[in-house]
Amino acid sequence: MITFDTAPERYNHWKLGFDGPVATLTLDVAEDRGIAPGYKLKLNSYDLGVDIELHDALNRIRFEHPEVRSVVVTSGKSRMFCSGANIYMLGLSSHAWKVNFCKFTNETRNGIEDSSRHSGLKFLAALNGATAGGGYELALACDEIAMIDDRSSAVSLPEVPLLGVLPGTGGLTRLVDKRRVRRDLADVFCTTAEGVRADRAREWKLVDHIGKPQQFNAMVRARALEMATLSDRPGGKGVALTPLARRADEGGYHYATVEVHLNAAARTAQFTVKAPEGQQPATPEAALALGAEWWPLKLARELDDAILLLRHNHLDLGLWLLKTRGSIDGVLASDAFLQQHGSHWFVRETLGYLRRTLARLDVSSRSLFAIADQDSCFAGTLAELLLAADRSFMLQLPEEDKDAPHLALSALNFGAYPSVSGATRIAARFCEEEAPVEAARQTMGERLSARGARDLGLVTSTPDDLDWEDEIRLAIEERASLSPDALTGMEASLRFSGRENLATRVFGRLTAWQNWIFNRPNAVGEQGALKVYGTGAKAKFNWERV
Amino acid sequence: MSGINYSEKIPNNVDLASNRALQRALEHWQPNYLKWWADMGPDNSTGFDVYLRTAVSVDPKGWAHYDYVRMPDYRWGIFLAPAEAGRQVNFGAHQGEAAWQEVPGEYRSTLRRIIVTQGDTEPASVEQQRHLGLTCPSLYDLRNLFQVNVEEGRHLWAMVYLLHAHFGKDGREEGEALLERRSGDADNPRILTAFNEKTPDWLSFFMFTFITDRDGKYQLAALAESGFDPLSRTCRFMLTEEAHHLFVGESGVARIIERTCEMMVQHKTDDVARLRGLGVIDLPTLQRYLNFHFSVTSDLYGSEVSSNAASFYTNGLKGRFQETTLEDDHRLETSEYPVMEVVGDRILTRHVGAVTALNERLRDDWTHDLQNAIERWNRIPEKHGIGLRFKLPHKGFHRRIGVFAEHHVSPEGKVVSEAEWTHHHQQWLPSAEDRAYVQSLMGRVTEPGRFANWIAPPRQGINRQAVDFEYVRFN
Repeated sequence: MITFDTAPERYNHWKLGFDGPVATLTLDVAEDRGIAPGYKLKLNSYDLGVDIELHDALNRIRFEHPEVRSVVVTSGKSRMFCSGANIYMLGLSSHAWKVNFCKFTNETRNGIEDSSRHSGLKFLAALNGATAGGGYELALACDEIAMIDDRSSAVSLPEVPLLGVLPGTGGLTRLVDKRRVRRDLADVFCTTAEGVRADRAREWKLVDHIGKPQQFNAMVRARALEMATLSDRPGGKGVALTPLARRADEGGYHYATVEVHLNAAARTAQFTVKAPEGQQPATPEAALALGAEWWPLKLARELDDAILLLRHNHLDLGLWLLKTRGSIDGVLASDAFLQQHGSHWFVRETLGYLRRTLARLDVSSRSLFAIADQDSCFAGTLAELLLAADRSFMLQLPEEDKDAPHLALSALNFGAYPSVSGATRIAARFCEEEAPVEAARQTMGERLSARGARDLGLVTSTPDDLDWEDEIRLAIEERASLSPDALTGMEASLRFSGRENLATRVFGRLTAWQNWIFNRPNAVGEQGALKVYGTGAKAKFNWERV
Repeated sequence: MSGINYSEKIPNNVDLASNRALQRALEHWQPNYLKWWADMGPDNSTGFDVYLRTAVSVDPKGWAHYDYVRMPDYRWGIFLAPAEAGRQVNFGAHQGEAAWQEVPGEYRSTLRRIIVTQGDTEPASVEQQRHLGLTCPSLYDLRNLFQVNVEEGRHLWAMVYLLHAHFGKDGREEGEALLERRSGDADNPRILTAFNEKTPDWLSFFMFTFITDRDGKYQLAALAESGFDPLSRTCRFMLTEEAHHLFVGESGVARIIERTCEMMVQHKTDDVARLRGLGVIDLPTLQRYLNFHFSVTSDLYGSEVSSNAASFYTNGLKGRFQETTLEDDHRLETSEYPVMEVVGDRILTRHVGAVTALNERLRDDWTHDLQNAIERWNRIPEKHGIGLRFKLPHKGFHRRIGVFAEHHVSPEGKVVSEAEWTHHHQQWLPSAEDRAYVQSLMGRVTEPGRFANWIAPPRQGINRQAVDFEYVRFN
């Protein structure tokens, strides 16, 4: 089983250093410590295991080190920054593994940009040697790129000429969307296997700063300190990300705030997310004192872990049922606190963790059904689960029935948790039409009955108690019978309406093309480029354009 | 909940009294059904006391309970044939699995469509026949018409029961829609074409019950094999009632033949004009009606080669006629079945995968059954020493659906040109003149024991009552 929780003392591939406001993330891959057997992680290349550590390290910086304002990403190897995803690993992996790997690495890189945008953590890539493929894509996710000018190191995206595939972690998209590299120069760059050296890299806007080997470290340090001044992170005591208390058994995964029940026969997984219980902190200081036990952070960590475990370990559970349990008032009170103290660094980081976790749902290749039954509490932050779902079902009981479930929206539903496209889920739901979003906003804080929620367009279907069980069963069985591939494509198309941004282009256009290429003989056939890489043989292509 | 006494008002063996979901659905639907019956049921008949058979239970004593009833008070019941312990899905990819007691979500929409299509035919035929009471040839026949009508109404209940019990909100909406469509309404027609044709006279009615209700029998029989057990059980019980409808049709036409043959012998003539002068329906006209109803009903089975039929079978939703008695693998992955095709001016046979030819196979089973019944008809002219024999037309004759749709085929099975068809079709199908003549015979005979001139009395009455029993009291 693949797990995603780790800690710095267990890292194999990264070193995390702190010096005043600057943290340094040093990639020093242990080539014999691949997450799967059969390949060596030579030339500072990475696999999923390397990226799991990066994901953890970023969270450590965010939460455990509020004094950090800028992060330098560099390499511990000599004359080699990073050569990207390990090609032999890709050659050995199943298609599903490759897709999951690319998705996770994309999310981590998006997370870097998310922290820069929202929580004042600035990232500087320090390319101290050869930088290829995924190595350059990691650099592209940083705010700025500094490159060593040693007359030999080059940056490159050699996927097309060397491997017959695409740079799959946003490289193509970020070149033109983020760095605004002229597209003909980008075309030359992406088809030149050996890449370009520092002077031309800067000329083409592939990097921001270049420096001679003697000055490189000083230049990086100076620039990192300058970038740190752009940040408002306050310093002080951090919050230790204590180990997750996860219990796994045959029935599923059990956490304090999340229960995941696996149903192999029905090919479903049921998430039950629990509202906060008991007295919640009244001040940010009290929340800080609770640390990783504070409900919103605990929820973010546990839900994030559960999503990742299911994605990577339970490919055939194609339908996730999202349920909630607990007090609507509890969730709304928590949301009010988050809203009121959103500028406090700890609250801000926690909102960020929730935002990134919820965004994983948007790009998960699983059908999502939200089920608002008795004792559910789809309110505020937890209502995002329902808004992220492809369909939602809410039990309709007579108004006077005290067991009737309710829905409630909070201010956080209207801006704190944008989906991957940048639109709030509620706006994306209504294809960014203003009137229905405004109508929903008017109900903020109110308890909405099934009828009310339906009239506002917030839920798909509101069967009454007589119909409930059968309607849900039939909907689930019907969904589970449809082609998983077609559903993935359909859901991805319907979830992202309206606006596009860099992330949607990465997850949509780039990923879809990459997945097509990953299935084509020109890449993975016996004589495909990915298959013959390193054997000395030449790839044989079918020359027909499709 | 309102004060309906369910077991009294709605005889059933589905435990209606303790099923709140079903009660709720029916409480809304039943008033609309009664309104539909008042609007579209037998014209001007609500005050009549009719000697009707009512099913009050599924055991042999209970399913045929006779008494005088006013039709709006008829106790339309909900009956499923008794459950068969350990019943399995007997064909297709799910063969050997336990039969489904609940709708599998995977087949929800397909099953709903099958049930709605079948259910739509039931009220349609009531609508098609609603004016016939005004021209009944006898009280005996009027009673039979009403019996067929109330049982078609019950069959609608049976299908609506399935929709209500197993398809939730969608099912309730479909149940309402079944009451909203109207036979022959250009804007809101019944689903299948044949059920939008008029049934303008009693000869058409008898032909319809003889031929088209027999299609119903074969469709129900195929659905009775379904892996969805409630559908299977519902259809099995419906089949017990359908037999009476076929009897009404077969014996009705037989009595017309009998009467015509008597007159032919008595007046020693086979001259059509003469016979029409004598007020009976000449045998060639009967053959043309047979040709018409056979061809129109043939279309109900659909295309010869059908991927829908194949998937219904493979998914265990609709079987073959008497599936479980057939000796093969019940999967049909490798076997073949002959279907016809038109090449130039010739009709050839080709073999296709048996699973794709299930419409054709069911049509063939139905045709075979009809052929036997027609041979029983043919004993009547034979008995009277008359040479004419009735024949089913070729299966390509006058078809609108399937491989023959684009071609003209004679009753003998010859591909003919447009010109030949135009020239001959009046000999093959009822002409306007034929229909007008039959219509002219339609009077109203309501004296007990009297029969219209164009039809012979039956040999015996209903439920061992005399032929001159007062089957309908007009009050």
